[in-house]
Amino acid sequence: MNDISQAFAKAIQLITQLDANLLEIVSLSMRVSLTSVLIASLIGLPLGAALALYKFPGRGFFVVLLNAFMGLPPVVVGLIVYLMLSRSGPLGVLGLLFTPTAMIIAQTCLITPIIAALARQTIMDANVEYHEQLRALGAKSFRIMKTLLWETKYSLLTSVFAGFGRATAEVGAVLIVGGNINHATRVMTTAIALETRKGDIELALALGIILIVISLILTTIVMNIRDAAYKYYN
Amino acid sequence: MNRISTIVIAVLICMSFNSACANEQDFITLSSTTSTDNSGLLDYLIPKFKEKTGINVRVVAVGTGRALLLGERGDVDLLLVHHKTSETKFVENGFGIERRNVMYNDYVIVGPKQDPANIKNVKNTIEALKLIYDQATPFVSRGDDSGTHKKELELWSQAGVDIQQYSGTWYREAGASMGATLNIANEMSAYTLTDRGTWLSFKNRDDLILLFENDPPLFNQYGVILVNPERHPHIKYNEAKLFSNWLTSSEGQQAIAEFSLQGQQLFFPNSGQNIAASEAK
Repeated sequence: MNDISQAFAKAIQLITQLDANLLEIVSLSMRVSLTSVLIASLIGLPLGAALALYKFPGRGFFVVLLNAFMGLPPVVVGLIVYLMLSRSGPLGVLGLLFTPTAMIIAQTCLITPIIAALARQTIMDANVEYHEQLRALGAKSFRIMKTLLWETKYSLLTSVFAGFGRATAEVGAVLIVGGNINHATRVMTTAIALETRKGDIELALALGIILIVISLILTTIVMNIRDAAYKYYN
Repeated sequence: MNRISTIVIAVLICMSFNSACANEQDFITLSSTTSTDNSGLLDYLIPKFKEKTGINVRVVAVGTGRALLLGERGDVDLLLVHHKTSETKFVENGFGIERRNVMYNDYVIVGPKQDPANIKNVKNTIEALKLIYDQATPFVSRGDDSGTHKKELELWSQAGVDIQQYSGTWYREAGASMGATLNIANEMSAYTLTDRGTWLSFKNRDDLILLFENDPPLFNQYGVILVNPERHPHIKYNEAKLFSNWLTSSEGQQAIAEFSLQGQQLFFPNSGQNIAASEAK
């Protein structure tokens, strides 16, 4: 227990001093994860909705694939993205390896299936409820998709959160494609892994506490906005 | 329409945010080993080099095995690694050029302070390993194809022990970096081979102490190699060469000698032989 209380003290010390290194790492973490979540949502939400509403050959297989990919191991995603972006890989000419962009690509691959699979379920359930009504009003499939996405926005927010949680928590993918380079690609999770390796358990745990607190604050803000919006619309 | 424009604006904001933090242009990427990075040596050297040349050095710290692979694939501009046999092969295969000695340090054997295999007073490394083998006391190996791992395997083979056959019993392959391996050795009360730099900078020691040191087979040479620009034309050869030159220059060598941790010098510059060789030409 002593270790943990020391870590708390260290965490508070780091926060109150506004440690420049810490700020840099935190802001890169947020920048990478938020951008990934945004891109993954733009792809995943319509994809999930389309899979819920449109019938096409191979849909069943695609849905199984999507659900299985929710559990993609970050290290494997990291390796595949590494092989793509490596100078000897097909996209090597872009020179993206060991940059935040590479980390965003890896995290987007990792969380798009999560957001899409959860969105598909949400939209499917909503469709059961509203389908007759929407058809009766003469709505076309695309119109139904848009309506359902809008009507389930609060539930879909939870899918987006699941994706964000995965993005901020994973270390395997960003370590491989980012390289944990100080002042360039070091984020919270890779810094925690590094300090653990160096045997500085106290600092590692302090960084972990800060990461959790940031997630809590962000979640609280979004939940409050959601509740306010809910009250406003109803 | 409102929603769509909101999304578009959000994307634009995010993208401008990302490009605002655009990468600086003048930098080279070095793949180095965890021992040089975790000890703080590179954090000490790089600002000095940057001040002189304006070039920043980005460090990807991995094991020697992976560092060489990054070089082979052209993902880094130069390497600072420590396993001469692999380095020579790397150059012979045409992946790298201009290998130079930079510095050396040494390996030590650490273990639980009770020292169950009683290696504290042996005369040489081989004898120490034989005692650990005889007693079958836990030994944690890096098991990650790093320079330290390669070295350890060579030492076991010199001791005449076919170590692979004991893997999973008293011989544990961690598949981890040096620091993580020391964490495991600490928890398991096990012996392990570590470079002195990582050991001195390692903070989670508890009962782990240094038990055996100062034996010629534990010598650890570091070399710098430039990635072959003929194989990978995008490599920043000129900038990388400046860093290689600086590391081996009297200024760089002096900086290496000055770096110390807890009052101990960690790395000993020895590029002298390179300079003598190039002057002879």
